[in-house]
Amino acid sequence: MSEAHGGYYVPHGTYWPIVGSIGLTTLLVGVANFLNGWNAGEALMVAGFAIVLFMMFGWFGTVIRESESGMYDDQVDRSFRWGMGWFIFSEVMFFAAFFGALFYARIYSVPWLGGADPGTNEFLWNGFEAVWPTNGPGDVGGKFETIGAWGIPAINTLLLLSSCVTVTFAHWALKKNQRTPLVLWLLATVVLGFTFLGLQIMEYMHAYHELNLTLGSGIYGSTFFMLTGFHGFHVTVGAIMLTVIMLRSMKGHFTPDHHFAFEGVAWYWHFVDVVWLGLFIFVYIL
Amino acid sequence: MSTATTHDAHHEEHPSGLMRWVTTTNHKDIGTLYLLFSLLMFLVGGAMAMVIRAELFEPGLQFVEPQFFNSMTTMHALIMIFGAVMPAFVCLANWLIPMMIGAPDMALPRMNNWSFWILPFAFAILLSTLFMEGGAPAGGWTMYPPLVMQTGNAFPFLIFSVHLMGISSIMGAINVIVTIVNMRAPGMTMMKMPLFVWTWLITAYLLIATMPVLAGAVTMLLTDRFFDTSFFNAAGGGDPVMFQHIFWFFGHPEVYILILQAFGIVSQIIPTFARKPLFGYSSMVYATASIAFLSFIVWAHHMFTVGMPLTGELFFMYATMLIAVPTGVKVFNWVSTMWRGAMTFETPMLFAIGFVIMFTIGGFSGLMLAMAPVDFQYHDTYFVVAHFHYVLVTGAVFAIMGATYYWLPKWTGHMYNEKLGKLHFWLSTISVNVLFFPQHFLGLAGMPRRIPDYSVQFAGFNEISSIGGFAFGLTQLLFVYIVFKTIKGGEKATDQVWEGAHGLEWTLPSPPPYHSFSTAPEVK
Amino acid sequence: MLVTKTKRALTAAAGIAALFGATSAAAEYGLNLTTGVTPISREAYDLHMLILEVCIGIGVVVFGAMFISIIKHRKSRGVQPSQFHESTTVEILWTIIPFLILVGMAIPATKALVAMEDTSNADLSIKVTGYQWRWGYDYVDNGISFISSLATPKDQIYNKAKKDEHYLLEVDKPLVVPVNKKVRLLITANDVIHAWWVPALGMKKDAIPGYINEMWFKVEKAGTYRGQCAELCGKDHGFMPIVVVAKDEADYEKWVAEQKGEAKADEQAAQRTWSRDELMARGEKVYNSSCAACHQANGEGVPGAFPALKGGAVTTGPVAGHISLVLNGKPGTAMAAFANQLSDVELAAVVTYERNAWGNDTGDMVQPSDVKAAR
Ligand code: HEA
Ligand code: HEA
Ligand code: HEC
Ligand code: CUA
Ligand SMILES: [Cu+2]
Repeated sequence: MSEAHGGYYVPHGTYWPIVGSIGLTTLLVGVANFLNGWNAGEALMVAGFAIVLFMMFGWFGTVIRESESGMYDDQVDRSFRWGMGWFIFSEVMFFAAFFGALFYARIYSVPWLGGADPGTNEFLWNGFEAVWPTNGPGDVGGKFETIGAWGIPAINTLLLLSSCVTVTFAHWALKKNQRTPLVLWLLATVVLGFTFLGLQIMEYMHAYHELNLTLGSGIYGSTFFMLTGFHGFHVTVGAIMLTVIMLRSMKGHFTPDHHFAFEGVAWYWHFVDVVWLGLFIFVYIL
Repeated sequence: MSTATTHDAHHEEHPSGLMRWVTTTNHKDIGTLYLLFSLLMFLVGGAMAMVIRAELFEPGLQFVEPQFFNSMTTMHALIMIFGAVMPAFVCLANWLIPMMIGAPDMALPRMNNWSFWILPFAFAILLSTLFMEGGAPAGGWTMYPPLVMQTGNAFPFLIFSVHLMGISSIMGAINVIVTIVNMRAPGMTMMKMPLFVWTWLITAYLLIATMPVLAGAVTMLLTDRFFDTSFFNAAGGGDPVMFQHIFWFFGHPEVYILILQAFGIVSQIIPTFARKPLFGYSSMVYATASIAFLSFIVWAHHMFTVGMPLTGELFFMYATMLIAVPTGVKVFNWVSTMWRGAMTFETPMLFAIGFVIMFTIGGFSGLMLAMAPVDFQYHDTYFVVAHFHYVLVTGAVFAIMGATYYWLPKWTGHMYNEKLGKLHFWLSTISVNVLFFPQHFLGLAGMPRRIPDYSVQFAGFNEISSIGGFAFGLTQLLFVYIVFKTIKGGEKATDQVWEGAHGLEWTLPSPPPYHSFSTAPEVK
Repeated sequence: MLVTKTKRALTAAAGIAALFGATSAAAEYGLNLTTGVTPISREAYDLHMLILEVCIGIGVVVFGAMFISIIKHRKSRGVQPSQFHESTTVEILWTIIPFLILVGMAIPATKALVAMEDTSNADLSIKVTGYQWRWGYDYVDNGISFISSLATPKDQIYNKAKKDEHYLLEVDKPLVVPVNKKVRLLITANDVIHAWWVPALGMKKDAIPGYINEMWFKVEKAGTYRGQCAELCGKDHGFMPIVVVAKDEADYEKWVAEQKGEAKADEQAAQRTWSRDELMARGEKVYNSSCAACHQANGEGVPGAFPALKGGAVTTGPVAGHISLVLNGKPGTAMAAFANQLSDVELAAVVTYERNAWGNDTGDMVQPSDVKAAR
């Protein structure tokens, strides 16, 4: 099913995108139904999710097969690299929106709410005073406490930073075609990633059960959970991708100079790490 | 040049019928799908505009209730922007970029298929809201909270359809960037690329940088509504205006996403019919890049009245005014290209000239809006509506139509009917000015936008505008007719099609082979 | 028919001519920006004319060059295309000249903007609150406070009656301000974003729920000035006009005294016990001006958006629940809290009305004192 055009591989027709569209649509319509409190919601969500998973297996499977059978030349490889790079950039911008919300709240909206100048706090909010963290002049969600930076978050920072190192060691091993260290370093990375997630979950439970810090805790809770939550989601995705890469390495995939999938995942992992550093500084420390 | 395998011989090896279109990974097929989709959405969005103009024909409520009117305004804008104009440009990217840079296809063909095949689903979701309890979204295309929170059952569907459109655009943009940086024929250096390719490259960066921000903004709307967050709620320490900042950080670059490729198209068409190389090629490239850069730091000119600090207002006013400089460079370059050329006026050229004049008029009114102290008067009036329809309709849409006439013979191998094309141009140009010019006066006289009914003093110009609107709408049926007739048959087009045309795409046969450049061409 | 059409065409032509001719007379035809009655509005007008003229000037040059080229440099005249395609000098020139023009325009614009944003030393402050879909005014200094809503009858809107001269631009109770005094508005909103705009006063400001925005004006001429809400705020966004009456010092003082008298009368009214007929009559009025926009005059609401009050669970349920719902609204929905918008008398009347109209014959009666107790 391949057609080489001046070497560049142009695949023939494919069913995966339409399957993906149907899956995504089913999933999202399901979520929308669920949010509106309609009956079909859960069923559609599950079905949609299953279709999306099926699509990912199928699509990636095809690509892996093609890659392993040597259909991709260097130019195709470069296309994938550029594609992955800009995809990661788009993710950066997605996080930028939420960081922007955090900065806006801290620099502008909260001080304005507590500000005497045009009289917002005097006329509307009974002399509310601007502090951070805050759940706003309406005391939305009730009193809460925050999570200190130097407990679990600091440990998590260490975990993620070390996982960056281990994934780099894995890469070096791959480049020298040392298969056992490659798999072991990947395994270490995956373990670090999932440990991070486990601690993050503990931290969330602590916040919800003991600190009364929830998504509903005003602007602090909103920015805190949305930023760390989306980050956690990305860690999950990254850790799953690393697992796949590890399994593929065990099956003998990748060569020292042809391993885009490995690098793509490694880049993604570094991106997740950098976002965490931003979070650690702006959400936890400052 | 490359061997001319004929079009028909090639088709036999591909799935046929509907499945060919569903599964295709070919850039031309996908381009065609985008074209048809965009045309369909243009008709749907246009039909909604006709409802708006019918209701505004006279003062009083005649045809629709205010809530439904607001739904029409909202859906009209979303469909026109995300469904008609953006896909039309992606159609052109698919058809043209591989041909212009000497590539066999787009770099990531499967993803290319997916970018397209998300769109019909996204718009099916959006349009389905028309039938939901509480009606379709009616908070304006800008979706400002808290108003948008009052949307009925349509709310999550609105959000998710925007997410899907965003995913589609991002994938399309990544594909364009990768194709341009990685698939150029040997010798096709960056500074030899046709301007259309350049403008798309820069637009793709804008898309990747801003669509995720929009996705973030609407995600916050979703969680504010369903998961108790307080991003846009003052009681919780948030701010409704924060949404506007995030939205316009996307929204302003978005309007350049809708115009930069139009600049590119016009920069292809004018040299062809002036029989003279484009004046100031490199300054065109730099101007495009400057516009793109500036577009990130002007967003709050949509928000002069929200009560920003004075320094903020000043900064955004100055930055916005600056955009006139690179845009002016472009306009001057086009005029210089025409100067002392040997011009002929086929339909594409007419649309290009119409573009230059009417876009500039829209740009002038934009500059007027940029002056914060006067924008306090203009803001949210029909003056703004007039401004953006000049840049969007007589700007983006006219450029797209010009491009269609210009490249359709290449794509189909058939010449369109020149007489009908010219008729289409003249009817469109006259009616569109009757439609939108009076809206300047309405705005200055104080008519707010987004209202279904208005005071009697605005009656006259609204009537004129509506008549122009109906005429413009009917004229577009002629366009649809011309396009389909050309696809089905017509006089055979030569390979070069236009006497003055230069560039790789014109070296291919008309219609071009299924895979544009099987062997990379030499570029001198 | 033909005559009116020709007339319209002429008006349009005149309009275009007037805009391009840039004469100030255009203002009288309702084609151009108003010169207004405040220092700010005049400044805005002057800037508007300046930039319009600059744009027209540039337009004439650019389009002029283009048309010369279109007419002279066409192939049908047998010209040979020249092949020049670069000139660093002219390119630098046409980058710098527009830049300088822009600097020239930015200077007066900056001055105007600074002046417009200077709300200090106001003589009088009024808090303006946007509600869906009416305006509330509170005079910060003397305690006068009222709601101002659309006065145009429904019949005119639905084309059943002839439209007045000020169709859609009339309110039941206009904002009254003294002339030649610096009036500062503190603008906010209760539900969604609105924007307060009277063109003749030259300023527009968004009303943001939870925040206060400021603007100021100094009216120089007594008179009545009309404007509208200028930010999409839901279905009746087109139906929330603003009317400002500027009065001379003496007239203004008289008005203030009247208002204080009325406020006292209202207070007394709230003390006494009202009869069923009084309550029903007053209630119907309040209902039609404050509630019917959503729940409809016939109480049947709009399915999916606004619940029916006819036979509704709340309107036929316990009285206390009904009163508290109207007082406090329902957060997160369009149902606003009316505690600050309506007086005890009005609230009592409207609740009584809802409980007895459209066949909701509960027979209940609510007195102003009941509302007061529930607050
Ligand atoms: C294709 C889309 C497009 C384009 C290209 C533009 C171009 C510009 N726009 Fe426009 N705009 C919109 C689409 C677009 N806009 C939309 C959709 C809205 C409304 C959104 C909504 O609220 O729903 C809007 C609203 C909008 C506003 C907000 C108005 C308000 O709500 O109060 C402002 C304010 O500054 C503005 C300014 C400008 C400026 C300065 C340009 C400049 O780029 C124009 C530059 C061009 C020229 C100036 C002409 C050519 C130049 C010369 C010939 C050189 C010499 C000229 C001089 C020195 C004067 N636009
Ligand atoms: C690319 C974008 C784009 C395009 C192409 C258009 C095209 C048109 N627009 Fe649109 N418009 C916007 C983007 C666009 N608009 C935006 C962003 C807004 C702001 C929304 C908001 O406030 O949130 C807006 C708002 C807007 C308003 C203001 C509404 C309000 O404030 O309440 C009006 C009013 O006249 C209007 C009219 C038109 C008309 C008559 C056309 C015409 O050009 C359309 C012509 C096309 C057709 C008519 C289709 C073809 C013909 C048929 C389907 C056959 C049927 C024809 C007949 C019955 C005659 N538009
Ligand atoms: C902006 C629109 C709007 C206006 C104006 C409005 N309401 Fe409502 N009202 C609503 C909505 C929406 C609800 C439904 C809230 C919910 O989701 O439960 C509602 C609910 C109610 C209910 C409860 C109905 C039930 O059975 O659940 C009562 C009673 C009521 N309104 C009375 C009034 C009165 C009295 C007024 C005027 C003084 C008024 N409303 C003005 C929108 C409005
Ligand atoms: Cu209030 Cu629009
Ligand atoms: Cu803008």
